[in-house]
Amino acid sequence: MSGAVTTTEKAWRVVLYVVSIAGFVFLVAPILAIVPLSFNGGQFLTYPLRGLSLRWYEDFFFSGTWMFSIRNSLIIGVAAAFLASFLGALAAIGLWLAEFPGKRFIGAFLLAPMIVPIVIYSVGLYFYFAPWNLTASFAGLILAHAVLGTPFVVITVSATLSGFDRTLIRAGLGLGASPIRVARSIVFPLIAPGVIFGGLFAFSVSLEEVITVLLIGGPNQRTLPREMFSGIRENISPTIAAAATIMIALAILLLVSAELLRRRSMRLQAKR
Amino acid sequence: MTPTLVEGPRGARSLKRSLARAERRKKLRAFALVLPLIVFILLFFVAPIAGMLERSFVDTDLMEAWPETAAAVKAFDWAKSEGVPDESVFAALGPELVSSYEAKSVAGVARRLNYDLSGARSLVMTTARKLSRLDGAPASWRAAILEIEPGWGKPDTWAAIRGASGPFTGFFLLQTIDRQRDAHDNIVPVSPDRAIYLTIYGRTFVIALTVTLLCLAIGFPIAFLLSGLPENKANILMILVLLPFWTPLLVRTAAWVVVLQEHGLVNQILQLLHLTDGPVRLVYNRAGVIIAMTHVLLPFMILPLYAVMRTVPPEYMRAARSLGAPPFTAFRRVYIPQIMPGIAAGSILVFIIAVGYYITPALVGGAADQMVSYYIAFYTTDTVNWGLAAALGAGLLAATLVLYTIYTRLVGGIRGVM
Repeated sequence: MSGAVTTTEKAWRVVLYVVSIAGFVFLVAPILAIVPLSFNGGQFLTYPLRGLSLRWYEDFFFSGTWMFSIRNSLIIGVAAAFLASFLGALAAIGLWLAEFPGKRFIGAFLLAPMIVPIVIYSVGLYFYFAPWNLTASFAGLILAHAVLGTPFVVITVSATLSGFDRTLIRAGLGLGASPIRVARSIVFPLIAPGVIFGGLFAFSVSLEEVITVLLIGGPNQRTLPREMFSGIRENISPTIAAAATIMIALAILLLVSAELLRRRSMRLQAKR
Repeated sequence: MTPTLVEGPRGARSLKRSLARAERRKKLRAFALVLPLIVFILLFFVAPIAGMLERSFVDTDLMEAWPETAAAVKAFDWAKSEGVPDESVFAALGPELVSSYEAKSVAGVARRLNYDLSGARSLVMTTARKLSRLDGAPASWRAAILEIEPGWGKPDTWAAIRGASGPFTGFFLLQTIDRQRDAHDNIVPVSPDRAIYLTIYGRTFVIALTVTLLCLAIGFPIAFLLSGLPENKANILMILVLLPFWTPLLVRTAAWVVVLQEHGLVNQILQLLHLTDGPVRLVYNRAGVIIAMTHVLLPFMILPLYAVMRTVPPEYMRAARSLGAPPFTAFRRVYIPQIMPGIAAGSILVFIIAVGYYITPALVGGAADQMVSYYIAFYTTDTVNWGLAAALGAGLLAATLVLYTIYTRLVGGIRGVM
């Protein structure tokens, strides 16, 4: 009897492993499959490869339109990430410092940009920005992307703060430091990983956002994802695969930095 | 009265008061830190969305171009008519048709009426053009207008004008549920060739639900496997979940277009394994949309599931087993109830994101696979039917907010989101 049970249990474990491995393949394979195609010598996005070539990267780096779009993505992404980090970190600290009426509601309210479908938001901006001359402007897209990034900063900084020892603040104040000094030399170094992590998150939100760019961006604000959107829609060429590979490399870079930051903040918390 | 008796309570009271004051100041200071973001979100998030929603029920095109007509239509006693007004309304309409034709504002009204009644655009434009050529005012505007275009004698025309006479209208919101007001002001279904919006909502719901269930089916075993592994091993495998999570949406969508195309990898493998003879159509149709969306949203299911599964102590399952429960019973009655919050949170999160999806269906789907978001963007930029775009947005937003409220109840505030 018990033998039969363990056999079924073993069978279930095998099923679990098989299904999970299939799931992992499903998650990663398509992303990895596009990478070799960017080095394809032929001009079709199909296997087997017809020789190796860097021509699509050449096309990407020297065509002008792609570099222009990278420049735009960086301008918008960096500015939006800074704005989002600043506002989001302040708010997270405020939410953590004290209980005040409606705090729960405010928390949910601040996360709303993450939840509301971006099309609705973008259409709203399409009308809202027009009289301010913010459509087809960098300022408009920076504001929009900063809004979309703030929830991620609030979440990551809140998570960092939840492991923060409040007595450190009291100790600092008790030893005669001014509140500003306490904020600068105690609070900020400890929550910095959370803020940077949130900023990276906000940057990656901006880097992949295309709906706002489609609706309120002008021809001068064509970003990398916007360029990819047209590319996929009109004529999917190996240059798209090269662009995708570069963005995957960027994603890995962000993932690694995020992981390092997470480890650092865990170490800092373990130390106290 | 001795001094101590007086001073004691008073001292305590003032101490309490200053404590309360310090506490209040602390709260204010904390709130002051949150305030900039609240203002920022109100100004650049809530205000734009509110402005858009307003367009779903505020309808002033006709009122602004034809103020007298709008007033006359409201003053007229429709109950006693056959759905077509008398000279009082026509006398207001005639001169305003002419003046709006000269001011070029008539096109906006014509477009607005055409949303409701096909053919209304040419009816208005032709009448306005011909009236503006008349010398002097006719004896009867009603007769003159009816002679130019008999369409003005139809109750349908006037039902459309009444519906557009502003300042508020239910027209766009009714249209999104395939309903309209008839000549007698009753809410009736629209004609079958115009009844497309419930289908679009239904399609959106079906796609989002299918994707959610697939994410649960694929995500559950992965999260379960990860939660049973030691933390360092789990973290390494977690990279396989986080890599797609951090890879931009456009890259993942491009990857799926490439992999699923006629001569793509999936079709090559299927043919290699002799599962199919010829290439299967997997992209620019529903299958492609579901595959790509499931891939994009799967991490949103795995992460909350994993977070909850890790907190479940293995002792409970062991206890259940040692008390004689068969494995499946123990799993179903002891394990599943404990991770139910994770299942609910992950499913609602995936469903919320899926319902508003635009980019993936636009690139991987065909014309019959587009979801509500696509039409919102389409009516905004392509056909410039802003009222309808706003009304569809209102429906989508309402559904999203209801789900979000349930979600926050389940996971509780900011802490639970990550």
